[in-house]
Amino acid sequence: MARAWRWLWIVLAVAAVLAFAVWQIPQNPGKFVFSLLNGATLAGIYFLLASGFTLVFGLMRNVNLAHGSMYLLGAYIGWVVWDRTDVWLLGVAAGFLSMAVLGLLLQIAVFRWMQGEDMRQTMVTIGLSIVLADIMLWVFGGLAYQLDPPRLISTSVPIPVVGGYSTYKLILLAVAIAVGVLLWFFLARTRIGMMIRAGVDDRGMLQASGTNVQLVFALTFAVGAGLAGLAGVLNGGEEAFKPGEDVGVLLGALLVVIVGGMGSVVGAAVGSALIGVIQAFGLAYAPTYSIVFTFVAMAAVLAFRPQGILGAKA
Amino acid sequence: MSDGRRAGSLAPARTAWSRPAALKWPAPPAAPPRLGTPGAMAPARRLPEWLAAIRVRHLVVLAALIAYPFVVPPFFTFQIGGQTLTLGLIALSLTFLAGYGGIVSLAQMTVAGIAGYVYAMLGSSGTPLSSGWPWWVAALLAIPAATLAATLIGWLSVRTEGIYTIMITLAVGMAFYFLVHQNYSIFNGFTGFQAVRAPEAFGVHWRDPLPFYFLALACAFGGYLLVKYIARAPFGIALQGTRDNPRRMAALGFNVKAHRIAAYALAGLLAAVGGLLLVWYNALVSPGSVDTKALINVLIIAVLGGFAHPIGPFIGAAIFVLLQNFAIDLIDRDRFNLVIGGMFLLIVLFSPDGLLGWWTRLRRRFETADARSDPRGGR
Repeated sequence: MARAWRWLWIVLAVAAVLAFAVWQIPQNPGKFVFSLLNGATLAGIYFLLASGFTLVFGLMRNVNLAHGSMYLLGAYIGWVVWDRTDVWLLGVAAGFLSMAVLGLLLQIAVFRWMQGEDMRQTMVTIGLSIVLADIMLWVFGGLAYQLDPPRLISTSVPIPVVGGYSTYKLILLAVAIAVGVLLWFFLARTRIGMMIRAGVDDRGMLQASGTNVQLVFALTFAVGAGLAGLAGVLNGGEEAFKPGEDVGVLLGALLVVIVGGMGSVVGAAVGSALIGVIQAFGLAYAPTYSIVFTFVAMAAVLAFRPQGILGAKA
Repeated sequence: MSDGRRAGSLAPARTAWSRPAALKWPAPPAAPPRLGTPGAMAPARRLPEWLAAIRVRHLVVLAALIAYPFVVPPFFTFQIGGQTLTLGLIALSLTFLAGYGGIVSLAQMTVAGIAGYVYAMLGSSGTPLSSGWPWWVAALLAIPAATLAATLIGWLSVRTEGIYTIMITLAVGMAFYFLVHQNYSIFNGFTGFQAVRAPEAFGVHWRDPLPFYFLALACAFGGYLLVKYIARAPFGIALQGTRDNPRRMAALGFNVKAHRIAAYALAGLLAAVGGLLLVWYNALVSPGSVDTKALINVLIIAVLGGFAHPIGPFIGAAIFVLLQNFAIDLIDRDRFNLVIGGMFLLIVLFSPDGLLGWWTRLRRRFETADARSDPRGGR
């Protein structure tokens, strides 16, 4: 019975999407495909953000609400390095590495001392996000910054129906997919990845079997934070970033992991695809209500599958 | 082993290597300590229990609060006193949820903001979108509307537990912020509603310092008493049961989710009244009233004071408001967030149960010292 209802709802949702496509594509195919592409690239950024967030949560039960601040800080640091050296790749690397180091330090200096107290850890990350946001505002002011990627990739490629589309955005999507594949390889095929997966399932058992869990934790936090920085600096080449960006980005990551399922990297991929596409279409077709659509998506997932699409039972 | 986490209580999961829980939630309030021995307290005519619970210190604090506006300049009455009581009331709703229900919701300011928005949309303000209805109609609709919204938020977030709640309520709050920010046809976008008129009733302009202070004091006092009462009422006791061990409560036949949703609704009522006061105090409601900073400020206030007692949020609010007004004299004008964020970090890192916990620890130290010197062995 319940299953039948669920299928009914899924069929209805798919039918609504198809009806929308049938209604809109003949009217303005360019806008539709353009939104689809925008959604895909937005999903790429969200995946970079949310995969780290979800990994850290899955393993350490640490809801890192400073994840958005790390995104923004990574972007700023990447910008500074790029500005000094004029080498874009160095800026990108700096964004990733600086945040990875910050994450490592945080895990070693703060979070390992409050292991298991998930509420307290979350509050610490909230405090960190306030402090970091204010320091960034202090140092960089309220101006918007942007990185200029090399000319080679900041052109546009011809795409049928739309005309042209930013090469940089497509590369961004490719990077996100590459990171996803690498992450999958790392988790599924390496020894450390195996430990991380074991830790997500049962931390106590992992420790009991002689693994240095603190090392695994620190490494995971470094990767998660680094990915946030990478997302920041990469997106900083596409659109300007300014104070306050951290909040919007954090909301995106939260929605993605709530929809996709906490602790699941595949869930993060599914969630980012869903949220990214919904948000892009919302912005294109109903700009003043766009947030409502993503929110409805979250509420619908929570109503039917509280643990998220691919989340394990809480 | 995973039970502690599964239990959904916000009490941290006690895993094998975890240190003892530091973020403690209050134990169910014990019976009020009696003065002297029970024998001395049994006079011929018995005082009702609620009267007997009143201590001298309660009366002193109340008298001081009533006398306060008559001895300080209007700035302190309105900007410090009124704001402290208003923010304290909103934070009290979080203290109630977190302290007695084990639910940390970040959407309490959103509920308050909904009350403010509904009042501004229906009442009269400087924005043409307002309907211009009488203040009491707007107020009477704003409070149920916000309470209903709080109930819906609760209904949505009780599907998940513990640490998930904080994320979902944060997402709800942020989504509401982006909605009012983006939308111009209903919420007037970035500007929001300016020059919202506070009521002028019974010949009193309620935004004047003295009336506003006493209005806020009355509401805050009412909220405080309500929380104190609920904490000992059957509903409150059951709610504390769901906080400490939801599975056992479910096994005993209690509907855990229904209790939690009811807690959201009640907290929503407190936040709605606070939100109404806040919109009268600020005379405006805009996306800035419900942005992430505002949501988190409520958490900061509640955590600063401590979740252990309903007086906590008011102490936290007093510190917050004083810092907000005077920290700019000590340091750079724009670095308030750094100060408050740093202070929040210090509290969370070193005294997770807030200033109240600090105070309790101090008192316990003295009490044990007393007990040692007292031949009768204390109370």
